[in-house]
Amino acid sequence: MFKAKLKEAVICFGAGRVTLKYPFEPSPVPPKFRGKIEFDARKCIACGGCANVCPPRCIVIEDMGEVAKITFNLDRCIQCARCYEVCPEKAIWPTDEFETATPDKSDLKSEMIVWMSTCQRCGRCFETENAIDKFESKRWRGRGPGEANKHGIFPIKPPIDFTAQTSLVREPEEEKDQ
Amino acid sequence: MISDLCKKMLGKSLWLFHTNCGACNGCDIEVIDVLTPYYDVERFGMKLVGSPRHADALVVTGSVSRQVAPALRRLYEATPDPKVVIAVGTCAVGGNIWFDTYNILGGADKVVPVTVYIPGCPPRPEAIIYGAAMALGLVPKKTEAQHEQHVPKGFDLDAYLEKWKDTPAITR
Repeated sequence: MFKAKLKEAVICFGAGRVTLKYPFEPSPVPPKFRGKIEFDARKCIACGGCANVCPPRCIVIEDMGEVAKITFNLDRCIQCARCYEVCPEKAIWPTDEFETATPDKSDLKSEMIVWMSTCQRCGRCFETENAIDKFESKRWRGRGPGEANKHGIFPIKPPIDFTAQTSLVREPEEEKDQ
Repeated sequence: MISDLCKKMLGKSLWLFHTNCGACNGCDIEVIDVLTPYYDVERFGMKLVGSPRHADALVVTGSVSRQVAPALRRLYEATPDPKVVIAVGTCAVGGNIWFDTYNILGGADKVVPVTVYIPGCPPRPEAIIYGAAMALGLVPKKTEAQHEQHVPKGFDLDAYLEKWKDTPAITR
């Protein structure tokens, strides 16, 4: 009995100190840890995929004509990172931040405003402003910064000149020459 | 301000009373985890007590259901002043995926005034320690709301949003 207790005591002394000194020293997170989400308004196209898959509906998109307002109610975010999985532009991603304790609940409500344009047919929003820049950044036939707009995406001589305001029915070329 | 108040009023040791208001047991496991020798929150003088009358702080886990709300209110009234309420987990902070169901009130702050919110599903044990240390005033607040906008130059956003103020929101 006494021997066994002595043995236990020796084992306990051998273990050393195991307690983390956490609040006074940083504690690294494991790989693939999903913490607080962050987002980039420059990349977002407001397609609504994240709002569609969010289980607690913490991402809400409001269409306001030329502007889409995206609200993140992080007080009910469960850090499942499904928004990150579904986002085509990777405009939203989980970070390593886990120290999200706060005395004020308004710290947990983030907001993003993206400028959109309205479709003349259906009246819904779509993103126009930097779509061509995106083609460029993905190296879709772009020849350098600013070039994709002129020659990159479209051929050098477009078959139909969309800018000229002529009738779509072409007249025979012979008549033109005369 | 709250941390200064807590520092002045509570002195050194924070005795916790842990109450489960309809949690899935995940946050409760993490709260127990914090008390193990590895994380050892007893360094700060915190320990679990068996009665709210002995406690300085209420640790609330779980989205508060309709059945348990009066009991939580009574627990809060039984705790002697000054007291701190720590909401642990996304359920207790905002109601999680049940925030709009009929039998869930959606957060502990609908019933009792909450001092520190610790979101996470479940929060890391370190996050709980961080929240508890913040209630004691040992560490500052780190997180902040993120407000971003991407509009062309010269677009008067405030005036535009003012125009849409009374229009019912179309969400998707």
